[in-house]
Amino acid sequence: MTDRTTTSVDQAVVRSRRLRTAFAALGMLPVLVLLAAGFQFINPRFLTETNLLIVTQQSSINIVLAAGMTFVILTGGIDLSVGSILAASAMVAVLVSLVPDWGLLGVPAAILVGLGFGLANGLLVAYIRLPPFIVTLGSLTAVRGIARLLGQDTTVFNSDLPFDFIGNGSLFGIPWLVVIALSVVVLSWLVLKRTVLGTWIYAVGGNAEAARLTGIKVPLVLLFVYGVSGLLAGLGGAMSAARLYAANGLQLGQSYELDAIAAVILGGTSFVGGVGSIWGTLIGGLIIAVLSNGLILAGVSDIWQYIIKGLVIIVAVALDRYRLQAGART
Amino acid sequence: MSAAAQKLASSHPVLEMRHISKTFGAIRALQDVSLTVHAGELHALMGENGAGKSTLMKVLSGAYRPDAGGEILIDGKPAATGDPIKARAAGIAVIYQELSLAPNLTVAQNIFLGNEPRRFGIVDRDQCNRRANEIIARLGVFFSARALVSRLSLGERQLVEIARALSTNARIIVMDEPTTSLTSRETDSLFEVIATLKAQGIAIIYISHRMEEVYHLADRVSVLRDSGYVGTLDRADLNASRLVSMMVGRDLSAFYKKDHRPPDLKRAVALSVRGMSDGRLLKNCSLDLHKGEVLALAGLVGSGRTELARLIFGADRRSAGTLEVDGKPISIGSPREALDAGIAYLTEDRKELGLFLDMSISDNISMGVLARDALSGGFRDFSAAERRAAKAIADLSIRARSTQANAGSLSGGNQQKVLLARLLETEPKVVILDEPTRGVDVGAKSEIYRLIDNLANRGIAILMISSELPEVIGVADRVLVMRDGAIAGEVTASGGEPLRQEAIMELATGAAQE
Repeated sequence: MTDRTTTSVDQAVVRSRRLRTAFAALGMLPVLVLLAAGFQFINPRFLTETNLLIVTQQSSINIVLAAGMTFVILTGGIDLSVGSILAASAMVAVLVSLVPDWGLLGVPAAILVGLGFGLANGLLVAYIRLPPFIVTLGSLTAVRGIARLLGQDTTVFNSDLPFDFIGNGSLFGIPWLVVIALSVVVLSWLVLKRTVLGTWIYAVGGNAEAARLTGIKVPLVLLFVYGVSGLLAGLGGAMSAARLYAANGLQLGQSYELDAIAAVILGGTSFVGGVGSIWGTLIGGLIIAVLSNGLILAGVSDIWQYIIKGLVIIVAVALDRYRLQAGART
Repeated sequence: MSAAAQKLASSHPVLEMRHISKTFGAIRALQDVSLTVHAGELHALMGENGAGKSTLMKVLSGAYRPDAGGEILIDGKPAATGDPIKARAAGIAVIYQELSLAPNLTVAQNIFLGNEPRRFGIVDRDQCNRRANEIIARLGVFFSARALVSRLSLGERQLVEIARALSTNARIIVMDEPTTSLTSRETDSLFEVIATLKAQGIAIIYISHRMEEVYHLADRVSVLRDSGYVGTLDRADLNASRLVSMMVGRDLSAFYKKDHRPPDLKRAVALSVRGMSDGRLLKNCSLDLHKGEVLALAGLVGSGRTELARLIFGADRRSAGTLEVDGKPISIGSPREALDAGIAYLTEDRKELGLFLDMSISDNISMGVLARDALSGGFRDFSAAERRAAKAIADLSIRARSTQANAGSLSGGNQQKVLLARLLETEPKVVILDEPTRGVDVGAKSEIYRLIDNLANRGIAILMISSELPEVIGVADRVLVMRDGAIAGEVTASGGEPLRQEAIMELATGAAQE
């Protein structure tokens, strides 16, 4: 029986398994390449240096938020409050920038405010043990209110922003926004894949109770990830303020959390935690930016852009299922 | 040929599986396996984990399609393969280890889930309950069709699964390790139900690692090894050493290892537990565990053994009690503190509470000592993790493709060894093992016994929880028996007499008092 020739059915099975394994390793990169090629075909202006700079610049704030979101989702949590935290931090950044001689402190102030809100989320999740969805849904609303309160519900301006180079300057021809976003991604990768803490994050997401029984201080890990998410939302606030020379507590950062979550999910990070990578998030963020930019260049109306983006996210999650199944059958 | 065997030979087979092979890519999970089952027969299927039992049953239930050349005959007629719905219609039902009931629905709703009796397109609740009660009566058990499944014990839930199988007129029922989480009383009533089913002409394929059960129940036993069929024994020809050697392909003369000397009780106390209570089940539990001693904690399921272990390890909050390690009082409020004090705990539920299934073997083994191994700045020392993993794989003979393979890809026995390796990396003084050989195949079992013996010889104190009495007798130096959340008594080997199984059971069931 052992030497029976493999049937064609078996070969087909083997082939489809190989295809799936290859697919799982590459992640969403082929989707990004296909999208870019498609948009280039529709409008040759897509793959020009100017346009690519615009795409990366537009994606940079979302990628920073999505990096923080990756930490949280890897533990099996969610942070819905990052858009609101970004708004509040941007308000603080602009308000502090108006202080004579101390204007540059707007950036660290924004980051600290973000960190503070993130840690508040983390304390409630880790020590009071409330569900992350509920905690951050609450702070989504409450922090939005605080953002409006900070400017007495007006838009604050500073046309002479001391840190405006972040939003509009370049380093060796690369926009500062892009430099910051890439640095955040590389730092996140270092933490997640090269440090003890990173391994603990994956462990907590993979099996929180087993992590506790292994001696890992699960609440501290949770506090850290929500802190990181808040801190990066604060950084996003500073980036946003630097780009606009202004901040508005009501409008800024509305539904940014959804784009950040979409980038993480597109990047193949599992919603239940424990599986995923920051590189996937980077590609996910770029896919969202390429979609928005490409659809505009292709002359697709605003309404249809929403519909297409939504469908792409759903299809991507369906693909994710398919990949996870491939992994489970090893 | 015995009378029973003759009776079987004369009755026509209800199920014949012929020349079943199954390959996944390059991996051959089943190789030319044939199995014949008669009506009213209990056919036990044995073999180490990974021998192919589950794959064979998945082929039977239609979850997998066999390779070309294999066929399944029901009542002598070829049946469709690879189609779960047709398999169910043909009368095949499988009751898996992980029960698949909806806890917030009633017994009747669960029995008819997806198959509800209807009137005018609306679920006919009265008919549902009436027919469910009929089926329950047929099983000869006593709970109402209207009871919520969440209120039932694990054993009763199993019976609901069987009732569900009967509701679809199943004639061949596969039971996969049905007694794993049952108390002995529940096990007895399951056995009564099995006898009733057999009398009604239903064939049962019974997968189990427990030798005693197979002796007690089986009309015939078939053994699989390394994806292939080894042989079938009639009831009259059953004996333990033959079965074990069929399963492992070698003679296991020294199955249990107990080389370490019986403990001299004057030897130093490694762990002293006084007055442990949790305010719920546990009442005032005290014990002393000596260096180099294997102390078994026996008792029925639900007697509080795991709860006591978890209290000692700081996994749950205690309401009263003190601990001493090496004579020094310590306060333990979390597993982290227990590990720092030199106490390690192996969970009974390795998938839910132990392993990180999506992480590598290497990460799983090093998880408890990452901080100790870390380079400056909190960076991982991957070469240290790799060294630990490679050493553990060699020392515990873990069968794995590489140190980077996912823990989820290992068989049960190898997963258990990974957890044992993780526990040993913390260099504990006291080791608590909760059902260390549950769901583990025979070969891995004997390796785990040897490991326990080695640890004891090195002076490590071992507290072992086990529900298998032969294991308790074979491995432990001394036995504490728990009943209803308290220590009911101690059984020791005295004057060259071995530990007595009956003495343990009397304490566990409370028979000793009467």
